[in-house]
Amino acid sequence: MMEFLSNFWVQLVIKLLIAALIVPLVGMVIGFAEMKLSAKMQSRVGPYFAGGRWGWAQLIADGVKFFQKEDLVPAEADRPVYKFAPVLVLVSAVAILVPIPFGPAVVGRDLDLGVFYVLAISTLSTIGVLMAGWSSANKYSLIGGLRAAGQLIAYELPLILAVVGAVIMAGTMSLTGIVNAQATWFSEHGWSLGMPFVLVQFVGFAVFMIASLAELARIPFDMPIAESELVMGYITEYSGFRFLFFFLAEFANMFSLSAIAATLFLGGYWAPGLSERMLNILGPGILFAKIGILVFIMIWFRWTFPRFREDQLQTIAWKWLVPISLANILATGVIKVIA
Amino acid sequence: MAPSIPGMGMAKGMAVTMKTMLRTIFLPGKYLNTVNYPVVKETPVARARGVIALDQEACTVCMLCARNCPDWCIYIEGHKEEKQPDKPGGRVKVRATLDRFDIDYALCMYCGICVEVCPFDALFWSPDYEYSEHAMGNMMHDMDKLQDWMATVPPPPET
Repeated sequence: MMEFLSNFWVQLVIKLLIAALIVPLVGMVIGFAEMKLSAKMQSRVGPYFAGGRWGWAQLIADGVKFFQKEDLVPAEADRPVYKFAPVLVLVSAVAILVPIPFGPAVVGRDLDLGVFYVLAISTLSTIGVLMAGWSSANKYSLIGGLRAAGQLIAYELPLILAVVGAVIMAGTMSLTGIVNAQATWFSEHGWSLGMPFVLVQFVGFAVFMIASLAELARIPFDMPIAESELVMGYITEYSGFRFLFFFLAEFANMFSLSAIAATLFLGGYWAPGLSERMLNILGPGILFAKIGILVFIMIWFRWTFPRFREDQLQTIAWKWLVPISLANILATGVIKVIA
Repeated sequence: MAPSIPGMGMAKGMAVTMKTMLRTIFLPGKYLNTVNYPVVKETPVARARGVIALDQEACTVCMLCARNCPDWCIYIEGHKEEKQPDKPGGRVKVRATLDRFDIDYALCMYCGICVEVCPFDALFWSPDYEYSEHAMGNMMHDMDKLQDWMATVPPPPET
């Protein structure tokens, strides 16, 4: 049995199945949390009837509804590109999960360049968005797609630069290595005391969270899909399960970017006082709790702030976040060399 | 003006949503702003403009309402009836009678101009609002239905 399980291909299939299950499930849970929390923030009830209690089955019902709908393709659309764009966006949301450690051994694949891989994959969704905007043959979609491209390129920079601080502190680009570095930060004579990097890298953490909100194109950075002026931006022409893909990808991306933030700055699966065996069992729960807090903050932001104008949005990226994160890298590097 | 701390406005805004969320979750009885509509109903104010009621007896088929309606959603048909004089040698009286008075509430925009222009006080606002239909065509209501709504019209205010 163990021999069978340790086969590479069997493990691959199991890991793929888990990833294919986790992404829609997490997307639905986050989507439902957003529905309920936004309702409560506006003194409403939110979903109520679906599923009998609290409307827990609302998003399952929504999913079924999306599958029933006709899959429309505009006559002028570039068909193959149009059809492939949502898949690319969703795939990037799934592929990002590969190097994220959910426990010392619970990891898709521990890549030496995990951070690099994650940031590279997160850029992939930009291409999907641009493809969707361009191929829809719709002015709103095109404007939305170009805005999204401009925004995602602008915020990719602070996102990457914010991560560098944590990478310098840990001295490795492997995500598992970064978690280990946080777990054993003060390590002397057999005992060790951990420290999540957020305590030192709070500037990097703040920049990372702001930039990842912009990467997700969520309010206050939802200029690309600004529904009051662009209908729905690059998603305008999509219907049925392709729309569902974009919908799921947004929540799945929320999950994966929060997972990266939690891993890099909040200590990932690690919690003080637990042995490695315990961490293998409780690790996923600890990481999910940290992700939950970050996702809640994102939802909280979403329902509090209005939308940034396009020029304000670019100003924040280029005039504030990039210089701040560069200064952060400089300070971290100097301290690392001195200490 | 007091010196402002950067980010204070953001913190205030986030405090508002957090406060609203917490009190909606923990004290829904006091702070929830919605009612579970088909089960619980809200009473509209007495003079709410819910639906237009018609007093058939007062209507003289003058067509002012239909002609002033911006949406052309009032359909009126009528005919004249001759009333023979009570005493011989008297004049024959002509009385206009309603055959049809329909309002298409799918078109109506609830401007109330018909109620304003009616010189004979035949049209009234009623606060009743529960007359939705499954098909748009069924939103056309005839004069008997409009007459029924007269019962829900609040009495005129005391002057």
